Amino acid sequence: MAASAAPARDPAWLGRSFWLLALLVLLWPLGVATEFRPWVLLEPGNLRVTGQFLGSFWPLAHGGEFLAMVARETWRTVAMATAGVSLALLIAIPLTLASTQALSVSALSGRMARGPFWLRQALRWLLIVLRSIPELVWALVFVRVVGLGPTAGVLAIALTYGGMLGKVYGEILESGETHATTTLLRNGSSRLQAFLYALLPASAAELTSYTVYRWECAIRSSVVLGFVGAGGLGQQLDNSMKMFNGGEVASMLLVFIALVALADRVSAWLRKVLG
Amino acid sequence: MKVELTALSARHPAARAQSRPAVDGIDLLIGAGESVAVIGPSGAGKTTLLHAMACALTPSSGSLRLDDVAPWSLPRAQLQRVRARLFLAPQVPPLPPRQRVVTAVLAGQLPAMGLWRSVRSLVYPVDIPAAHDALDRFDLADKLFERVDRLSGGERQRVGLARALVAMGGGGGPAGGRAAPPGASVLLIDEPLSALDPTRARQAIGALVDGARDHGATLVATLHQVDVALAHFPRIVGLRDGRLAFDLPAAAVTRERLAALYDRFEHGLRGEVPALAADTPAAPAPVLMHCR
Repeated sequence: MAASAAPARDPAWLGRSFWLLALLVLLWPLGVATEFRPWVLLEPGNLRVTGQFLGSFWPLAHGGEFLAMVARETWRTVAMATAGVSLALLIAIPLTLASTQALSVSALSGRMARGPFWLRQALRWLLIVLRSIPELVWALVFVRVVGLGPTAGVLAIALTYGGMLGKVYGEILESGETHATTTLLRNGSSRLQAFLYALLPASAAELTSYTVYRWECAIRSSVVLGFVGAGGLGQQLDNSMKMFNGGEVASMLLVFIALVALADRVSAWLRKVLG
Repeated sequence: MKVELTALSARHPAARAQSRPAVDGIDLLIGAGESVAVIGPSGAGKTTLLHAMACALTPSSGSLRLDDVAPWSLPRAQLQRVRARLFLAPQVPPLPPRQRVVTAVLAGQLPAMGLWRSVRSLVYPVDIPAAHDALDRFDLADKLFERVDRLSGGERQRVGLARALVAMGGGGGPAGGRAAPPGASVLLIDEPLSALDPTRARQAIGALVDGARDHGATLVATLHQVDVALAHFPRIVGLRDGRLAFDLPAAAVTRERLAALYDRFEHGLRGEVPALAADTPAAPAPVLMHCR
């Protein structure tokens, strides 16, 4: 016989159901604020519009002239993303090296000195500012400055992605193993030497795969930038949408899917090689 | 380089300010080119003492002088130049797993190398003979181009020691023209034998002592193996509870002194917790958000 009776109910039950209900109550005003009414999609009139749009996807556009244009614009999109990420690296790498705590000489013996601390803090705020302004806003600004075309897209990607890369690079470097780095610094190496001989080899794979992932993001965001006139496949997609040419839209979307899948394979391969 | 400690106390950087220092009021004078073994039970403050000598740890009181210069009164850039003359080898070999052995060994020369030469060395190792020579003294010459993560724990430890030998060689420098910058002239080696079997341990400590003597460098090593210390080092420093228990020529270290030094510790560590471990509870790693 059991020493005591089995408990009648789970003591955590009341709390759980309370929080579940509370969550629903909290979600309600959010749904109202965003006019979340999914059933609108299923109204006969709207279903007809959706059906027409999707129906126009077939047959896919495949004329010779169109395909040549898609190839040209795809290449331009890839070039825009690559140039943008390269420029972003030029911004991110120096800022990361200057702001990462793992390369602090004064922090070797206890706390970081005040000057370097505030310098690092200031650089971090700069990175926050760079990445908190969406690339779309930068693109709108640059389209006005340098005119329609991919240059605006490249500059927009460079600024926003410079901020993102700088922040995440810093996190990757600080979260990795820093024993080798501090040892080199303690033995009198310079910060750059410690970076090259200890910090970089310790996190090279992670840094590379994150960079490739960001490159993929840049390809996707260059589409959005194209809609505001920054050139590339996105701008053509915008044109075709405005002309209600579903076949062209579908063909270009397929090209996008292929590009993103390609970036995914490249990233996986790089991780394996560097791992 | 001469190392002089006067009433030096130091505590681990993460320790509370009121806690008892891990090394407490140490007076020690180690002449240039001397070889000294530091022995003592776990938690006696051996590692903290090494860190204090390596300018890796600010003394909480007392002073450290290196060749009659007080390094902690220097500006940071000059302090870093002083650190280039000191070589601290931590107990866990500081080797990035994906690095090649040759690169890891040559990293010992970095402080004397200059940025351009060190970048070039990543592309093509600048001083393969020096790395090979140092590894050969530890029977590891065949691992020159292996990756560090393919090595065993003992091999890694010996690679770390080979780096210490290379560090004394200086930057190698360009043939002709200006003289090569000086290498490390003080080796501070923490538990160099912890992952080695007795034969390898004797060979490794022999290579270290000989290497330091050949370069006229000062050698301070902390050791758990008392017999190795007595056999290879002319001078033995005994440390207990952060204080100097004795500082004698190896011949004068008697069985009674050793028994007193290791009392309570030989017979099953009666309730004695190493000071360092007690002062620094491991903080849980923060959760990482990579904002993808």
